[in-house]
Amino acid sequence: MKIYLDDRTLTVERGTTVAAAMLNAGVSVFRESVSGEPRAPLCGMGVCYECMVTIDGQRELSCQTLCQEGMRILTR
Amino acid sequence: MTGFDLIVAGAGPAGIAAACRAAETGAKVLVLDNNPAAGGQIWRNDIPALWAQRLSNVEVRGGCSVIDDSILAHGVPIVLATGARELFLPFPGWTLPGVTGVGGLQALVKSGFEVRGKRVVLAGTGPLLLAVASLLRKRGASVTCIAEQAPRSALLRFATGLWRYPLKIAQGIELGGSLLGVPYFTDCWVEEAYGRDRVERVRLSGFEQDCDLLAIGYGLVPNTELATLLGCTLQDGFVTVDAMQKTWREGVWAAGELTGIGGVERSLVEGEIAGLAAIGELTEARKLFSRRAAWHRFASHLTGAFALRPELRALPRPDTIVCRCEDIRYNDLTRWTSAREAKLQTRCGMGLCQGRICGAANHFLFGWQDTSVRPPASAAPVSDLMES
Amino acid sequence: MSAVPDVAIVGGGIVGAACALECKRAGLSVEVYEQSTVGGGATASGMGHVVVMDDSEAQFALTHYSSTLWRELAAELPAAAEYLPCGTLWVAADEEEMAEVHRKQSFYEARGVPVEVLDAQQLADAEPHLRTPLAGGLLVSGDCVVYPPVVAQWLLDQAGVTIHHQEIRALADVPAGIVVNAMGAAAPRLSPGIPVAPRKGHLVITDRHPGFVRHQLIELGYLKSAHSASGDSVAFNVQPRKTGQILIGSSRQYGAEHKEIDREILTRMLRRAAEYMPGIGALTAIRTWTGFRASTPDKLPLIGPWAGREWLATGHEGLGITTSLATGRLLADLITGRTPPIPAEPFLPLRCSP
Ligand SMILES: Cc1cc2nc3c(=O)[nH]c(=O)nc-3n(C[C@H](O)[C@H](O)[C@H](O)COP(=O)(O)OP(=O)(O)OC[C@H]3O[C@@H](n4cnc5c(N)ncnc54)[C@H](O)[C@@H]3O)c2cc1C
Ligand SMILES: Cc1cc2nc3c(=O)[nH]c(=O)nc-3n(C[C@H](O)[C@H](O)[C@H](O)COP(=O)(O)OP(=O)(O)OC[C@H]3O[C@@H](n4cnc5c(N)ncnc54)[C@H](O)[C@@H]3O)c2cc1C
Ligand code: FES
Repeated sequence: MKIYLDDRTLTVERGTTVAAAMLNAGVSVFRESVSGEPRAPLCGMGVCYECMVTIDGQRELSCQTLCQEGMRILTR
Repeated sequence: MTGFDLIVAGAGPAGIAAACRAAETGAKVLVLDNNPAAGGQIWRNDIPALWAQRLSNVEVRGGCSVIDDSILAHGVPIVLATGARELFLPFPGWTLPGVTGVGGLQALVKSGFEVRGKRVVLAGTGPLLLAVASLLRKRGASVTCIAEQAPRSALLRFATGLWRYPLKIAQGIELGGSLLGVPYFTDCWVEEAYGRDRVERVRLSGFEQDCDLLAIGYGLVPNTELATLLGCTLQDGFVTVDAMQKTWREGVWAAGELTGIGGVERSLVEGEIAGLAAIGELTEARKLFSRRAAWHRFASHLTGAFALRPELRALPRPDTIVCRCEDIRYNDLTRWTSAREAKLQTRCGMGLCQGRICGAANHFLFGWQDTSVRPPASAAPVSDLMES
Repeated sequence: MSAVPDVAIVGGGIVGAACALECKRAGLSVEVYEQSTVGGGATASGMGHVVVMDDSEAQFALTHYSSTLWRELAAELPAAAEYLPCGTLWVAADEEEMAEVHRKQSFYEARGVPVEVLDAQQLADAEPHLRTPLAGGLLVSGDCVVYPPVVAQWLLDQAGVTIHHQEIRALADVPAGIVVNAMGAAAPRLSPGIPVAPRKGHLVITDRHPGFVRHQLIELGYLKSAHSASGDSVAFNVQPRKTGQILIGSSRQYGAEHKEIDREILTRMLRRAAEYMPGIGALTAIRTWTGFRASTPDKLPLIGPWAGREWLATGHEGLGITTSLATGRLLADLITGRTPPIPAEPFLPLRCSP
């Protein structure tokens, strides 16, 4: 299935989380910390909030969200 | 939530076992989990066929967090099986992208992250390092080394004690086989990670190593937030239960890593007992006591071997970030004498994760204990708190 | 310095801290007793809104004077004090409340406080996330927001006084010329008979949503519901934090003793907030908590001598952050015999003695 990441189109397999899809697409910076540091998934299990991105307009944990056809993801 | 005989919070092995055993007696069981699907950390996306089949009579709702004690209002017995998260200890560079938990990397791989061809350094402590190394190798990653902080002597003692657990020996042989050729260092830990926008190189005790990913795991911390909000009693950080896995809070049972760390078999048998006990099948539950006792012995064996060494306390530099949500640094904290004081004065632990990462680190670094949990048990839309 | 200080202050909240600093500046020797964490009581659970109020002349004088002191202090405060000069926007839902806007306007203007009346459109422009239509509002631009626990610690650091981390069981045990009870809502425990009752409040903090709210917003219905009624009440009272977070209040309950969240009150409070700001439900809540205000029957604090060498600095209800600085000044003036900058009589505890 297809998802949209910033201005790219990605093809992902069913059952893939958004975090995994982003990592596979070579994204290394998921969010910027309060003091401007680059951050990416740490815990992989919904605890650390480092993997927050905007998914279809909502701030969500990408490691806890499965990719769905046509999803739009913004890294900021 | 009405119409159920049992609600289970958490769909890892303990929760699945509780739900299945209860459902097999004819009870209507609902399992809630904040992950998209059942499985928990270890069984993420691959629940063993046997359990998957048994789970077919159970209603599982993924992507669903229990945020406060309003769940008790339904008058339905609750089994808490919220599992554990990893213990992270700060060191220079640990906030770089590409540095993850060991279990964290395992979870990411199981949810579709492709690691083929990536150079991975695994560091920390305990058997999880080996299990994850094996998974990574199967997925085509190159595990450049495994750094175990525990001393060799402790590991040998641990290994010679394993004869009492034939299942564990079998797993060990299998792991050993798949890891042949991976450098495994004891008395070794990560001192610093380097990189610009992502980790590129790490310094371990005495040597450096290039890598694409660094996974660190210093053990597990139970997710007791919900249990605390429901009014369960804790001791030494774990939920206190009686022989039937019943907590001190009426109508609430607990199983798995909430009550102690010790592997999947321990969680399973506790889950089975809790599920049966919660719906009143006490005789059946009692039949499992001896199996549980064996796994409890294994668990204490495990904890002894992988105790954290004091040198790890000296890793953060003054400017090393400790609280990642609020970017609070080590030297912001040294003036304060308690978790609450540090929190009120520096915002350490006040962010989105509410101290779930830095709280345990500060316990290790400074001996602080943050006992304060307030709803929601995890960040939630304001509207969730408006539902009565 | 002799072994026994001139003044011992029991309570290291923002009021005790302000008293300590002003007494020290007045040349007195001072020690502070705090049973737990400095600024960890009501000071850690309030909203940190510094607001000029008009319930009575005395309340106005105290809040207005204190607000001036806050503005003077602003430049010195550390960044962690999160000083935010955002002003207060009193929100009027209907024409009746608009009449209140005009009444307030003339009250403040007559006393030299700059205010601005907003019509419905101006209100919508100023706060795009408020529901429409609303009638309008009154902007009091000199009001501000701070982070009280850090201020309390900072005031004590400035004072440089000894802090004993110790729970006091009886004021008579405390060695000092004067012992000041600054224990907030717990004050009656050691000064039995003072007319202070705890009034519980709930708050919710969100994740960072910068720009969602720009001013401290308070519904004018607040006056009808919160201040007059003696029962439980909730009001729309929402604050922007310097961090970009939103602090959502507020509730008032008498007779509630435990610090746990009352789910029913919380639900009512948040629904009230959502009536005014429909988008608030979609924000991410990270923590809820409660706190206790030290309320008095005439809504004025108790500042001054009480019995023998026992003095009081408590009873600040929902305004103790605002009025802490002025309280410190008044207390120090009363102790040293200086003339206070505003009349101290309305706040003297003896007004309440039978
Ligand atoms: C302006 C402002 C902004 C804030 N922003 C944030 C924010 O962004 N994020 C955030 O998380 N919080 C925020 N807070 C809230 C803060 O974290 C606390 O929730 C708040 O201070 C209320 O405390 P509590 O009741 O939750 O405290 P608790 O920590 O529950 O403690 C209350 C009291 O009980 C005592 N106590 C606690 N546990 C025990 C125990 N087991 N045994 C005995 N005594 C105990 C403590 O010592 C303390 O005196 C903010 C507060 C303010 C005033
Ligand atoms: C929900 C809520 C919202 C509020 N919003 C605002 C607002 O927006 N603006 C505003 O101006 N005010 C507000 N307030 C009021 C304000 O928070 C309080 O008036 C103020 O913090 C009182 O400060 P204090 O120092 O008197 O009390 P506290 O901060 O409670 O300090 C008392 C201290 O005394 C200590 N203590 C008690 N007993 C003993 C003992 N026996 N021995 C030693 N130490 C002891 C306690 O540990 C505590 O630290 C609000 C209050 C609440 C509850
Ligand atoms: S990686 Fe920690 S919450 Fe997603």
